[in-house]
Amino acid sequence: MEKRVVFQNRYLPYLLIAPQIAITIVFFFWPASQAVVQSVLREDAFGTRSYFVGMENFLALFEDEYYLNSFKITALFSTLVTTIGLSLSLLLAVTADRLVRGTTAYKTLLIWPYAVAPAVAGALWGFVFLPGPGIFAWLLLQAGVDWNFHLNGNQAMFVVVVAATWKQISYNFLFFLAGLQSIPKSLIEAAAIDGAGPIRRFWSVVFPLLSPTLFFLVVVNVVYAFFETFGVIHSLTRGGPAKSTEILVYKVWYDGFEAQDLGGSAAQSVILMAIVIGLTVIQFRYIERKVHY
Amino acid sequence: MIERRPVANAFGHLMLVAMIIIVAFPIYLAVVAASHTIQDVSQTPMPLLPGAELLTNTARALFDGPQLVGVSGATPAIVLMMNSLIMAIAIAVGKIIISLLSAFAIVYFRFPLKNFFFWMIFITLMLPVEVRIIPTYKIVADLGLLDTYTGLVLPLIASATATFLFRQFFMTVPDELVEAARIDGAGPMRFFWDILVPLTRTSIAAMFVIQFIYGWNQYLWPLLIASDYKYQTIVLAIGRLIRAPDAFYEWPVIMGMAVLALLPPVLVVVLMQRWFVKGLVETEK
Repeated sequence: MEKRVVFQNRYLPYLLIAPQIAITIVFFFWPASQAVVQSVLREDAFGTRSYFVGMENFLALFEDEYYLNSFKITALFSTLVTTIGLSLSLLLAVTADRLVRGTTAYKTLLIWPYAVAPAVAGALWGFVFLPGPGIFAWLLLQAGVDWNFHLNGNQAMFVVVVAATWKQISYNFLFFLAGLQSIPKSLIEAAAIDGAGPIRRFWSVVFPLLSPTLFFLVVVNVVYAFFETFGVIHSLTRGGPAKSTEILVYKVWYDGFEAQDLGGSAAQSVILMAIVIGLTVIQFRYIERKVHY
Repeated sequence: MIERRPVANAFGHLMLVAMIIIVAFPIYLAVVAASHTIQDVSQTPMPLLPGAELLTNTARALFDGPQLVGVSGATPAIVLMMNSLIMAIAIAVGKIIISLLSAFAIVYFRFPLKNFFFWMIFITLMLPVEVRIIPTYKIVADLGLLDTYTGLVLPLIASATATFLFRQFFMTVPDELVEAARIDGAGPMRFFWDILVPLTRTSIAAMFVIQFIYGWNQYLWPLLIASDYKYQTIVLAIGRLIRAPDAFYEWPVIMGMAVLALLPPVLVVVLMQRWFVKGLVETEK
Protein backbone atom coordinates (compact mmCIF):
# COMPACT_ATOMS: atom_id res chain seq x y z
CA MET A 1 0.00 0.00 0.00
CA GLU A 2 1.67 3.19 -1.21
CA LYS A 3 0.35 6.66 -1.89
CA ARG A 4 0.63 7.74 -5.51
CA VAL A 5 1.33 11.34 -4.55
CA VAL A 6 3.95 12.02 -1.88
CA PHE A 7 5.94 14.98 -0.64
CA GLN A 8 9.62 15.36 -1.47
CA ASN A 9 11.88 16.16 1.45
CA ARG A 10 15.13 14.63 2.54
CA TYR A 11 15.10 15.31 6.29
CA LEU A 12 11.53 16.05 7.29
CA PRO A 13 10.24 12.44 7.43
CA TYR A 14 13.04 11.44 9.80
CA LEU A 15 12.26 14.41 12.00
CA LEU A 16 8.56 13.46 12.07
CA ILE A 17 9.15 9.84 12.99
CA ALA A 18 12.01 10.59 15.41
CA PRO A 19 10.00 11.04 18.66
CA GLN A 20 8.20 7.70 18.25
CA ILE A 21 11.39 5.85 17.31
CA ALA A 22 13.39 7.45 20.14
CA ILE A 23 10.87 6.32 22.77
CA THR A 24 10.65 2.91 21.14
CA ILE A 25 14.42 2.42 21.34
CA VAL A 26 14.98 3.84 24.83
CA PHE A 27 11.98 2.32 26.61
CA PHE A 28 11.19 -0.80 24.55
CA PHE A 29 14.13 -2.24 22.64
CA TRP A 30 16.89 -1.36 25.06
CA PRO A 31 15.10 -2.81 28.13
CA ALA A 32 13.98 -5.87 26.19
CA SER A 33 17.57 -6.55 25.11
CA GLN A 34 18.72 -5.94 28.69
CA ALA A 35 16.22 -8.56 29.86
CA VAL A 36 17.75 -11.05 27.43
CA VAL A 37 21.31 -10.19 28.55
CA GLN A 38 20.34 -10.22 32.22
CA SER A 39 18.72 -13.64 31.85
CA VAL A 40 22.08 -15.31 31.14
CA LEU A 41 23.91 -13.50 33.97
CA ARG A 42 24.01 -13.98 37.69
CA GLU A 43 25.10 -11.44 40.30
CA ASP A 44 27.44 -12.40 43.11
CA ALA A 45 26.31 -12.19 46.72
CA PHE A 46 27.26 -8.52 47.05
CA GLY A 47 25.62 -7.42 43.82
CA THR A 48 28.88 -5.89 42.62
CA ARG A 49 29.84 -8.22 39.79
CA SER A 50 27.80 -10.33 37.47
CA TYR A 51 29.05 -13.28 35.51
CA PHE A 52 27.85 -15.37 32.60
CA VAL A 53 25.91 -18.49 33.56
CA GLY A 54 24.41 -19.51 30.20
CA MET A 55 21.04 -21.19 30.48
CA GLU A 56 21.32 -21.75 34.22
CA ASN A 57 18.67 -19.19 35.16
CA PHE A 58 16.22 -20.90 32.82
CA LEU A 59 17.10 -24.37 34.06
CA ALA A 60 16.71 -23.18 37.63
CA LEU A 61 13.25 -21.85 36.78
CA PHE A 62 12.09 -25.14 35.38
CA GLU A 63 13.27 -26.90 38.49
CA ASP A 64 11.54 -24.35 40.72
CA GLU A 65 8.25 -25.89 41.79
CA TYR A 66 6.81 -22.43 42.47
CA TYR A 67 7.47 -21.41 38.87
CA LEU A 68 5.89 -24.56 37.45
CA ASN A 69 3.01 -24.01 39.83
CA SER A 70 2.67 -20.42 38.60
CA PHE A 71 2.42 -21.76 35.04
CA LYS A 72 -0.40 -24.09 36.07
CA ILE A 73 -2.18 -21.31 37.92
CA THR A 74 -1.90 -18.98 34.92
CA ALA A 75 -3.25 -21.70 32.62
CA LEU A 76 -6.21 -22.37 34.92
CA PHE A 77 -6.88 -18.66 35.48
CA SER A 78 -6.78 -17.70 31.80
CA THR A 79 -8.89 -20.72 30.76
CA LEU A 80 -11.56 -19.82 33.31
CA VAL A 81 -11.56 -16.09 32.49
CA THR A 82 -11.70 -16.77 28.75
CA THR A 83 -14.36 -19.51 28.71
CA ILE A 84 -16.68 -18.00 31.33
CA GLY A 85 -16.32 -14.48 29.92
CA LEU A 86 -16.90 -15.56 26.32
CA SER A 87 -19.87 -17.86 27.01
CA LEU A 88 -21.66 -15.29 29.15
CA SER A 89 -21.13 -12.42 26.74
CA LEU A 90 -22.08 -14.55 23.73
CA LEU A 91 -25.32 -15.51 25.46
CA LEU A 92 -26.02 -11.84 26.22
CA ALA A 93 -25.14 -10.66 22.71
CA VAL A 94 -27.34 -13.30 21.07
CA THR A 95 -30.22 -12.32 23.33
CA ALA A 96 -29.74 -8.59 22.72
CA ASP A 97 -29.41 -9.14 18.97
CA ARG A 98 -32.73 -11.06 18.82
CA LEU A 99 -34.66 -8.25 20.46
CA VAL A 100 -35.78 -5.47 18.17
CA ARG A 101 -36.28 -2.92 20.91
CA GLY A 102 -33.78 -1.74 23.48
CA THR A 103 -30.55 -3.04 21.95
CA THR A 104 -28.88 0.38 22.12
CA ALA A 105 -29.98 0.96 25.70
CA TYR A 106 -28.69 -2.48 26.75
CA LYS A 107 -25.42 -1.73 25.01
CA THR A 108 -24.96 1.52 26.94
CA LEU A 109 -25.82 -0.18 30.22
CA LEU A 110 -23.41 -3.06 29.61
CA ILE A 111 -20.29 -1.41 28.18
CA TRP A 112 -19.09 0.70 31.08
CA PRO A 113 -17.25 -1.99 33.11
CA TYR A 114 -14.66 -1.79 30.31
CA ALA A 115 -13.65 1.59 31.77
CA VAL A 116 -13.08 0.25 35.29
CA ALA A 117 -9.43 -0.40 36.13
CA PRO A 118 -8.58 -4.05 36.92
CA ALA A 119 -7.31 -2.99 40.34
CA VAL A 120 -10.58 -1.19 41.11
CA ALA A 121 -12.60 -4.18 39.83
CA GLY A 122 -10.58 -6.25 42.31
CA ALA A 123 -11.35 -3.81 45.12
CA LEU A 124 -15.09 -3.82 44.38
CA TRP A 125 -15.43 -7.61 44.26
CA GLY A 126 -13.06 -8.01 47.18
CA PHE A 127 -15.47 -5.93 49.23
CA VAL A 128 -18.53 -7.92 48.12
CA PHE A 129 -16.79 -11.16 49.11
CA LEU A 130 -15.09 -9.78 52.23
CA PRO A 131 -15.85 -11.80 55.38
CA GLY A 132 -17.66 -9.38 57.68
CA PRO A 133 -19.42 -6.64 55.77
CA GLY A 134 -19.42 -8.41 52.36
CA ILE A 135 -22.91 -9.47 51.22
CA PHE A 136 -21.87 -12.50 49.18
CA ALA A 137 -19.51 -13.61 51.93
CA TRP A 138 -22.42 -13.44 54.36
CA LEU A 139 -24.73 -15.36 52.00
CA LEU A 140 -22.08 -18.05 51.57
CA LEU A 141 -21.61 -18.31 55.33
CA GLN A 142 -25.38 -18.63 55.75
CA ALA A 143 -25.33 -21.42 53.16
CA GLY A 144 -22.82 -23.24 55.30
CA VAL A 145 -19.67 -22.52 53.27
CA ASP A 146 -16.58 -21.88 55.37
CA TRP A 147 -15.84 -18.68 53.45
CA ASN A 148 -12.65 -16.67 53.73
CA PHE A 149 -10.83 -16.00 50.48
CA HIS A 150 -7.86 -14.54 52.33
CA LEU A 151 -7.17 -18.00 53.75
CA ASN A 152 -8.51 -20.46 51.18
CA GLY A 153 -6.65 -20.77 47.85
CA ASN A 154 -9.58 -22.07 45.78
CA GLN A 155 -11.84 -19.35 47.07
CA ALA A 156 -9.17 -16.74 46.27
CA MET A 157 -8.95 -18.08 42.71
CA PHE A 158 -12.75 -17.90 42.46
CA VAL A 159 -12.81 -14.21 43.48
CA VAL A 160 -10.00 -13.15 41.11
CA VAL A 161 -11.71 -14.99 38.23
CA VAL A 162 -15.02 -13.22 39.00
CA ALA A 163 -13.36 -9.79 39.13
CA ALA A 164 -11.27 -10.33 35.99
CA THR A 165 -14.20 -11.78 34.00
CA TRP A 166 -16.61 -9.04 35.09
CA LYS A 167 -14.30 -6.37 33.67
CA GLN A 168 -13.95 -8.13 30.32
CA ILE A 169 -17.62 -9.02 29.64
CA SER A 170 -18.49 -5.65 28.11
CA TYR A 171 -15.60 -5.81 25.65
CA ASN A 172 -16.57 -9.30 24.49
CA PHE A 173 -20.24 -8.30 24.34
CA LEU A 174 -19.50 -5.34 22.02
CA PHE A 175 -17.51 -7.48 19.59
CA PHE A 176 -20.03 -10.34 19.58
CA LEU A 177 -22.89 -7.93 19.01
CA ALA A 178 -21.04 -6.25 16.12
CA GLY A 179 -20.31 -9.70 14.66
CA LEU A 180 -23.94 -10.80 14.98
CA GLN A 181 -25.27 -7.61 13.44
CA SER A 182 -23.02 -8.07 10.41
CA ILE A 183 -24.53 -11.49 9.58
CA PRO A 184 -27.01 -11.03 6.70
CA LYS A 185 -30.56 -11.53 7.91
CA SER A 186 -31.43 -13.26 4.62
CA LEU A 187 -29.28 -16.28 5.58
CA ILE A 188 -31.12 -16.73 8.84
CA GLU A 189 -34.49 -16.24 7.16
CA ALA A 190 -33.58 -18.83 4.52
CA ALA A 191 -32.73 -21.33 7.25
CA ALA A 192 -36.04 -20.56 8.97
CA ILE A 193 -37.97 -21.15 5.75
CA ASP A 194 -36.22 -24.51 5.45
CA GLY A 195 -37.70 -25.32 8.84
CA ALA A 196 -34.70 -24.86 11.14
CA GLY A 197 -35.64 -23.82 14.68
CA PRO A 198 -33.83 -21.11 16.66
CA ILE A 199 -31.30 -23.49 18.22
CA ARG A 200 -30.51 -25.26 14.94
CA ARG A 201 -30.20 -21.85 13.22
CA PHE A 202 -27.75 -20.69 15.84
CA TRP A 203 -25.42 -23.69 15.68
CA SER A 204 -25.59 -24.28 11.90
CA VAL A 205 -25.69 -20.73 10.53
CA VAL A 206 -24.86 -18.05 13.10
CA PHE A 207 -22.09 -19.76 15.06
CA PRO A 208 -19.91 -20.70 12.04
CA LEU A 209 -20.24 -17.16 10.67
CA LEU A 210 -19.29 -15.80 14.06
CA SER A 211 -16.21 -17.98 14.43
CA PRO A 212 -13.69 -15.33 13.22
CA THR A 213 -14.94 -12.97 15.95
CA LEU A 214 -14.81 -15.79 18.47
CA PHE A 215 -11.26 -16.70 17.53
CA PHE A 216 -10.14 -13.09 17.72
CA LEU A 217 -11.74 -12.72 21.15
CA VAL A 218 -10.10 -15.91 22.43
CA VAL A 219 -6.66 -14.46 21.64
CA VAL A 220 -7.51 -11.06 23.13
CA ASN A 221 -8.91 -12.64 26.30
CA VAL A 222 -5.91 -14.91 26.77
CA VAL A 223 -3.59 -11.90 26.40
CA TYR A 224 -5.77 -10.00 28.87
CA ALA A 225 -5.74 -12.82 31.43
CA PHE A 226 -1.98 -13.30 31.09
CA PHE A 227 -0.81 -9.69 31.20
CA GLU A 228 -3.46 -7.17 32.13
CA THR A 229 -4.79 -8.76 35.28
CA PHE A 230 -1.80 -7.82 37.43
CA GLY A 231 -3.94 -5.14 39.12
CA VAL A 232 -6.68 -7.65 40.00
CA ILE A 233 -4.20 -10.03 41.63
CA HIS A 234 -2.19 -7.32 43.37
CA SER A 235 -5.21 -5.58 44.89
CA LEU A 236 -7.15 -8.73 45.81
CA THR A 237 -4.78 -11.46 46.93
CA ARG A 238 -1.13 -10.37 46.50
CA GLY A 239 -0.65 -13.74 44.81
CA GLY A 240 -1.73 -15.61 47.92
CA PRO A 241 -2.80 -17.30 50.04
CA ALA A 242 0.28 -19.52 49.83
CA LYS A 243 0.94 -18.47 46.19
CA SER A 244 -2.36 -19.98 45.07
CA THR A 245 -3.13 -17.03 42.75
CA GLU A 246 0.42 -16.16 41.74
CA ILE A 247 0.14 -15.80 37.97
CA LEU A 248 3.29 -15.44 35.83
CA VAL A 249 3.18 -11.65 35.53
CA TYR A 250 2.78 -11.30 39.27
CA LYS A 251 5.73 -13.62 39.87
CA VAL A 252 8.01 -11.63 37.51
CA TRP A 253 7.25 -8.47 39.46
CA TYR A 254 7.52 -10.16 42.84
CA ASP A 255 10.80 -11.97 42.13
CA GLY A 256 12.39 -8.88 40.62
CA PHE A 257 11.21 -6.23 43.08
CA GLU A 258 10.41 -7.92 46.36
CA ALA A 259 12.80 -10.87 46.20
CA GLN A 260 15.54 -9.02 44.22
CA ASP A 261 16.35 -12.05 42.05
CA LEU A 262 17.32 -10.14 38.88
CA GLY A 263 18.57 -13.06 36.81
CA GLY A 264 15.54 -15.21 37.60
CA SER A 265 13.13 -12.38 36.94
CA ALA A 266 14.85 -11.55 33.63
CA ALA A 267 14.63 -15.19 32.54
CA GLN A 268 10.90 -15.11 33.34
CA SER A 269 10.60 -11.89 31.30
CA VAL A 270 12.20 -13.61 28.32
CA ILE A 271 9.76 -16.53 28.59
CA LEU A 272 6.82 -14.12 28.80
CA MET A 273 8.13 -12.25 25.75
CA ALA A 274 8.16 -15.51 23.82
CA ILE A 275 4.53 -16.10 24.87
CA VAL A 276 3.41 -12.61 23.74
CA ILE A 277 5.24 -12.96 20.44
CA GLY A 278 3.59 -16.33 19.87
CA LEU A 279 0.12 -14.94 20.62
CA THR A 280 0.68 -11.87 18.41
CA VAL A 281 1.83 -14.03 15.51
CA ILE A 282 -1.27 -16.24 15.87
CA GLN A 283 -3.47 -13.15 15.91
CA PHE A 284 -1.92 -11.60 12.81
CA ARG A 285 -1.83 -14.81 10.78
CA TYR A 286 -5.53 -15.08 11.44
CA ILE A 287 -6.11 -11.46 10.37
CA GLU A 288 -4.20 -12.06 7.14
CA ARG A 289 -6.43 -15.03 6.42
CA LYS A 290 -9.50 -12.92 7.01
CA VAL A 291 -8.27 -10.33 4.51
CA HIS A 292 -7.68 -12.94 1.80
CA TYR A 293 -11.14 -14.45 2.13
CA MET B 1 -37.34 -10.79 13.45
CA ILE B 2 -38.29 -14.13 12.01
CA GLU B 3 -40.87 -15.49 14.38
CA ARG B 4 -43.09 -13.65 16.78
CA ARG B 5 -42.31 -15.10 20.17
CA PRO B 6 -43.62 -12.78 22.86
CA VAL B 7 -42.71 -15.16 25.68
CA ALA B 8 -39.16 -15.65 24.43
CA ASN B 9 -38.79 -11.89 23.99
CA ALA B 10 -40.00 -11.19 27.50
CA PHE B 11 -37.56 -13.78 28.77
CA GLY B 12 -34.75 -12.13 26.78
CA HIS B 13 -35.48 -8.71 28.24
CA LEU B 14 -35.66 -10.25 31.69
CA MET B 15 -32.28 -11.92 31.26
CA LEU B 16 -30.58 -8.75 30.03
CA VAL B 17 -32.04 -6.68 32.84
CA ALA B 18 -30.93 -9.30 35.36
CA MET B 19 -27.45 -9.27 33.89
CA ILE B 20 -27.28 -5.47 33.99
CA ILE B 21 -28.24 -5.59 37.66
CA ILE B 22 -25.59 -8.22 38.40
CA VAL B 23 -22.95 -6.22 36.52
CA ALA B 24 -23.85 -3.02 38.37
CA PHE B 25 -24.21 -4.71 41.77
CA PRO B 26 -20.66 -4.32 43.14
CA ILE B 27 -20.68 -0.63 42.27
CA TYR B 28 -24.10 -0.15 43.85
CA LEU B 29 -22.74 -1.80 46.97
CA ALA B 30 -19.69 0.47 46.96
CA VAL B 31 -21.98 3.51 46.79
CA VAL B 32 -24.13 2.09 49.62
CA ALA B 33 -21.03 1.46 51.73
CA ALA B 34 -19.91 5.04 51.06
CA SER B 35 -23.24 6.34 52.33
CA HIS B 36 -23.13 4.87 55.84
CA THR B 37 -21.14 5.37 59.03
CA ILE B 38 -18.29 3.00 59.84
CA GLN B 39 -20.41 1.36 62.55
CA ASP B 40 -23.22 0.57 60.09
CA VAL B 41 -20.86 -0.88 57.48
CA SER B 42 -19.10 -2.99 60.10
CA GLN B 43 -22.28 -4.97 60.72
CA THR B 44 -22.52 -8.47 59.29
CA PRO B 45 -23.81 -8.10 56.67
CA MET B 46 -23.70 -4.41 55.89
CA PRO B 47 -26.97 -2.58 55.06
CA LEU B 48 -28.30 -3.02 51.51
CA LEU B 49 -30.00 0.36 51.20
CA PRO B 50 -28.23 3.73 50.94
CA GLY B 51 -27.76 5.80 54.08
CA ALA B 52 -27.40 9.52 54.63
CA GLU B 53 -23.62 9.93 54.89
CA LEU B 54 -22.67 9.90 51.21
CA LEU B 55 -21.66 13.56 51.04
CA THR B 56 -19.75 13.49 54.32
CA ASN B 57 -17.81 10.38 53.34
CA THR B 58 -17.11 11.57 49.80
CA ALA B 59 -15.88 14.89 51.17
CA ARG B 60 -13.62 13.05 53.62
CA ALA B 61 -12.28 10.84 50.84
CA LEU B 62 -11.65 13.84 48.62
CA PHE B 63 -10.02 16.18 51.13
CA ASP B 64 -8.67 14.02 53.99
CA GLY B 65 -8.25 10.46 52.75
CA PRO B 66 -8.96 7.41 54.91
CA GLN B 67 -7.21 7.17 58.27
CA LEU B 68 -5.65 3.76 58.71
CA VAL B 69 -4.01 2.42 61.82
CA GLY B 70 -0.48 1.39 60.91
CA VAL B 71 -0.42 3.35 57.66
CA SER B 72 0.91 6.87 57.92
CA GLY B 73 0.22 9.78 55.64
CA ALA B 74 -3.26 9.39 54.21
CA THR B 75 -3.40 11.05 50.80
CA PRO B 76 -6.57 12.96 49.96
CA ALA B 77 -8.31 11.65 46.84
CA ILE B 78 -8.24 15.06 45.20
CA VAL B 79 -4.42 14.89 44.96
CA LEU B 80 -4.54 11.31 43.66
CA MET B 81 -7.22 12.14 41.11
CA MET B 82 -5.24 15.14 39.90
CA ASN B 83 -2.23 12.85 39.33
CA SER B 84 -4.41 10.34 37.47
CA LEU B 85 -5.85 13.13 35.34
CA ILE B 86 -2.41 14.52 34.49
CA MET B 87 -1.16 11.04 33.63
CA ALA B 88 -4.24 10.07 31.56
CA ILE B 89 -4.36 13.29 29.55
CA ALA B 90 -0.60 13.48 29.00
CA ILE B 91 -0.50 9.86 27.81
CA ALA B 92 -3.51 10.27 25.52
CA VAL B 93 -2.33 13.55 24.00
CA GLY B 94 1.29 12.38 23.75
CA LYS B 95 0.33 9.14 22.01
CA ILE B 96 -1.91 10.99 19.58
CA ILE B 97 0.71 13.61 18.66
CA ILE B 98 3.67 11.31 18.11
CA SER B 99 1.49 8.77 16.28
CA LEU B 100 -0.03 11.39 13.98
CA LEU B 101 3.48 12.59 13.12
CA SER B 102 4.89 9.15 12.46
CA ALA B 103 1.84 8.01 10.48
CA PHE B 104 2.18 11.18 8.38
CA ALA B 105 5.85 10.39 7.70
CA ILE B 106 5.07 6.79 6.80
CA VAL B 107 2.17 7.54 4.46
CA TYR B 108 3.17 10.80 2.77
CA PHE B 109 6.92 10.39 2.26
CA ARG B 110 9.23 7.91 0.58
CA PHE B 111 12.51 7.59 2.43
CA PRO B 112 15.18 4.96 3.05
CA LEU B 113 14.54 2.70 6.07
CA LYS B 114 10.82 3.54 6.07
CA ASN B 115 9.78 -0.09 6.31
CA PHE B 116 12.40 -0.74 8.95
CA PHE B 117 10.94 2.02 11.15
CA PHE B 118 7.43 0.77 10.50
CA TRP B 119 8.38 -2.69 11.73
CA MET B 120 10.12 -1.23 14.77
CA ILE B 121 6.88 0.47 15.76
CA PHE B 122 4.93 -2.70 15.01
CA ILE B 123 7.11 -4.87 17.25
CA THR B 124 6.37 -2.71 20.33
CA LEU B 125 2.99 -4.48 20.31
CA MET B 126 4.85 -7.59 21.40
CA LEU B 127 6.69 -5.93 24.28
CA PRO B 128 4.14 -4.80 26.90
CA VAL B 129 5.52 -3.28 30.13
CA GLU B 130 4.65 -6.46 31.97
CA VAL B 131 7.35 -8.50 30.20
CA ARG B 132 10.23 -6.04 30.66
CA ILE B 133 9.51 -4.70 34.14
CA ILE B 134 12.94 -4.56 35.78
CA PRO B 135 15.11 -3.29 32.88
CA THR B 136 12.59 -0.56 32.02
CA TYR B 137 12.49 0.47 35.66
CA LYS B 138 16.28 0.61 35.66
CA ILE B 139 16.41 2.91 32.64
CA VAL B 140 13.87 5.27 34.15
CA ALA B 141 15.87 5.23 37.39
CA ASP B 142 19.15 5.91 35.52
CA LEU B 143 17.55 8.84 33.74
CA GLY B 144 16.55 10.24 37.15
CA LEU B 145 12.84 10.04 36.31
CA LEU B 146 11.56 8.09 39.34
CA ASP B 147 8.83 10.03 41.13
CA THR B 148 8.28 12.47 38.28
CA TYR B 149 5.38 12.98 35.90
CA THR B 150 7.81 12.55 32.99
CA GLY B 151 8.74 9.09 34.30
CA LEU B 152 5.07 8.17 34.64
CA VAL B 153 4.15 9.32 31.15
CA LEU B 154 7.06 9.27 28.70
CA PRO B 155 7.77 5.50 28.57
CA LEU B 156 4.10 4.79 27.84
CA ILE B 157 3.48 7.16 24.93
CA ALA B 158 4.91 5.06 22.09
CA SER B 159 1.86 3.61 20.36
CA ALA B 160 1.66 1.06 17.59
CA THR B 161 -2.16 0.96 17.68
CA ALA B 162 -2.57 4.73 17.28
CA THR B 163 0.02 4.80 14.48
CA PHE B 164 -1.79 1.99 12.63
CA LEU B 165 -5.20 3.63 13.06
CA PHE B 166 -3.98 6.97 11.71
CA ARG B 167 -2.02 5.30 8.91
CA GLN B 168 -5.15 3.41 7.87
CA PHE B 169 -7.16 6.61 7.85
CA PHE B 170 -4.51 8.59 5.91
CA MET B 171 -4.53 5.88 3.23
CA THR B 172 -8.21 6.66 2.55
CA VAL B 173 -7.67 10.42 2.15
CA PRO B 174 -7.94 11.26 -1.59
CA ASP B 175 -4.66 12.13 -3.34
CA GLU B 176 -6.37 15.08 -5.02
CA LEU B 177 -6.22 16.93 -1.71
CA VAL B 178 -2.42 16.75 -1.70
CA GLU B 179 -2.29 17.87 -5.32
CA ALA B 180 -4.63 20.78 -4.67
CA ALA B 181 -2.62 21.82 -1.62
CA ARG B 182 0.59 21.64 -3.63
CA ILE B 183 -0.83 23.76 -6.45
CA ASP B 184 -1.88 26.32 -3.86
CA GLY B 185 1.72 26.36 -2.67
CA ALA B 186 1.27 24.59 0.69
CA GLY B 187 4.27 22.69 2.07
CA PRO B 188 3.94 19.32 3.84
CA MET B 189 3.49 20.74 7.34
CA ARG B 190 0.90 23.25 6.17
CA PHE B 191 -1.01 20.38 4.52
CA PHE B 192 -0.67 18.32 7.71
CA TRP B 193 -2.06 20.96 10.09
CA ASP B 194 -4.63 22.65 7.89
CA ILE B 195 -6.04 19.71 5.96
CA LEU B 196 -5.03 16.31 7.30
CA VAL B 197 -5.46 16.83 11.05
CA PRO B 198 -8.93 18.43 10.75
CA LEU B 199 -10.02 15.51 8.53
CA THR B 200 -8.76 13.02 11.13
CA ARG B 201 -10.65 14.47 14.09
CA THR B 202 -13.13 11.60 14.49
CA SER B 203 -10.30 9.09 14.66
CA ILE B 204 -8.46 11.40 17.05
CA ALA B 205 -11.52 11.57 19.32
CA ALA B 206 -11.85 7.78 19.23
CA MET B 207 -8.18 7.35 20.06
CA PHE B 208 -8.42 9.89 22.87
CA VAL B 209 -11.20 7.94 24.62
CA ILE B 210 -9.33 4.64 24.40
CA GLN B 211 -5.99 6.08 25.52
CA PHE B 212 -7.49 8.20 28.29
CA ILE B 213 -8.91 5.03 29.85
CA TYR B 214 -5.61 3.23 29.28
CA GLY B 215 -3.72 6.04 31.04
CA TRP B 216 -6.15 6.47 33.93
CA ASN B 217 -6.22 2.73 34.64
CA GLN B 218 -2.45 2.14 34.69
CA TYR B 219 -1.44 0.19 37.77
CA LEU B 220 1.84 -1.67 37.44
CA TRP B 221 3.74 1.30 36.01
CA PRO B 222 2.86 3.83 38.76
CA LEU B 223 3.48 1.06 41.29
CA LEU B 224 7.09 0.92 40.05
CA ILE B 225 7.70 4.61 39.42
CA ALA B 226 5.73 6.48 42.10
CA SER B 227 6.97 5.56 45.55
CA ASP B 228 6.44 9.14 46.72
CA TYR B 229 2.76 9.55 47.58
CA LYS B 230 2.74 12.95 45.85
CA TYR B 231 2.87 11.16 42.50
CA GLN B 232 0.55 8.25 43.23
CA THR B 233 -2.59 7.78 41.19
CA ILE B 234 -6.02 7.00 42.59
CA VAL B 235 -6.15 3.52 41.06
CA LEU B 236 -2.82 2.67 42.68
CA ALA B 237 -4.04 4.03 46.02
CA ILE B 238 -7.15 1.81 45.88
CA GLY B 239 -5.02 -1.27 45.25
CA ARG B 240 -2.90 -0.41 48.28
CA LEU B 241 -5.72 0.58 50.66
CA ILE B 242 -7.79 -2.50 50.05
CA ARG B 243 -4.98 -4.68 51.37
CA ALA B 244 -3.48 -2.32 53.97
CA PRO B 245 -1.98 -4.64 56.60
CA ASP B 246 -4.06 -5.18 59.66
CA ALA B 247 -5.62 -1.74 59.51
CA PHE B 248 -8.78 -0.47 61.05
CA TYR B 249 -10.70 -0.24 57.81
CA GLU B 250 -12.55 2.92 57.09
CA TRP B 251 -14.72 1.14 54.55
CA PRO B 252 -17.12 4.03 53.82
CA VAL B 253 -14.26 6.36 52.87
CA ILE B 254 -12.31 3.66 51.00
CA MET B 255 -15.34 2.61 48.96
CA GLY B 256 -16.10 6.28 48.30
CA MET B 257 -12.59 6.54 46.90
CA ALA B 258 -13.12 3.45 44.76
CA VAL B 259 -16.20 5.08 43.24
CA LEU B 260 -14.21 8.27 42.62
CA ALA B 261 -11.52 6.15 40.94
CA LEU B 262 -13.91 4.61 38.43
CA LEU B 263 -16.17 7.59 37.79
CA PRO B 264 -14.04 9.65 35.33
CA PRO B 265 -13.23 6.82 32.87
CA VAL B 266 -16.79 5.46 33.07
CA LEU B 267 -18.17 8.93 32.32
CA VAL B 268 -15.80 9.28 29.38
CA VAL B 269 -16.98 5.94 27.95
CA VAL B 270 -20.67 6.60 28.45
CA LEU B 271 -20.63 10.22 27.23
CA MET B 272 -18.34 9.53 24.27
CA GLN B 273 -19.85 6.13 23.50
CA ARG B 274 -19.98 6.64 19.74
CA TRP B 275 -16.26 7.43 19.48
CA PHE B 276 -15.41 4.80 22.05
CA VAL B 277 -17.06 1.97 20.10
CA LYS B 278 -15.51 3.26 16.86
CA GLY B 279 -12.06 3.46 18.44
CA LEU B 280 -12.36 0.04 20.01
CA VAL B 281 -13.53 -1.75 16.89
CA GLU B 282 -11.21 0.06 14.46
CA THR B 283 -7.98 -0.34 16.40
CA GLU B 284 -8.52 -4.09 16.40
CA LYS B 285 -8.82 -4.38 12.63
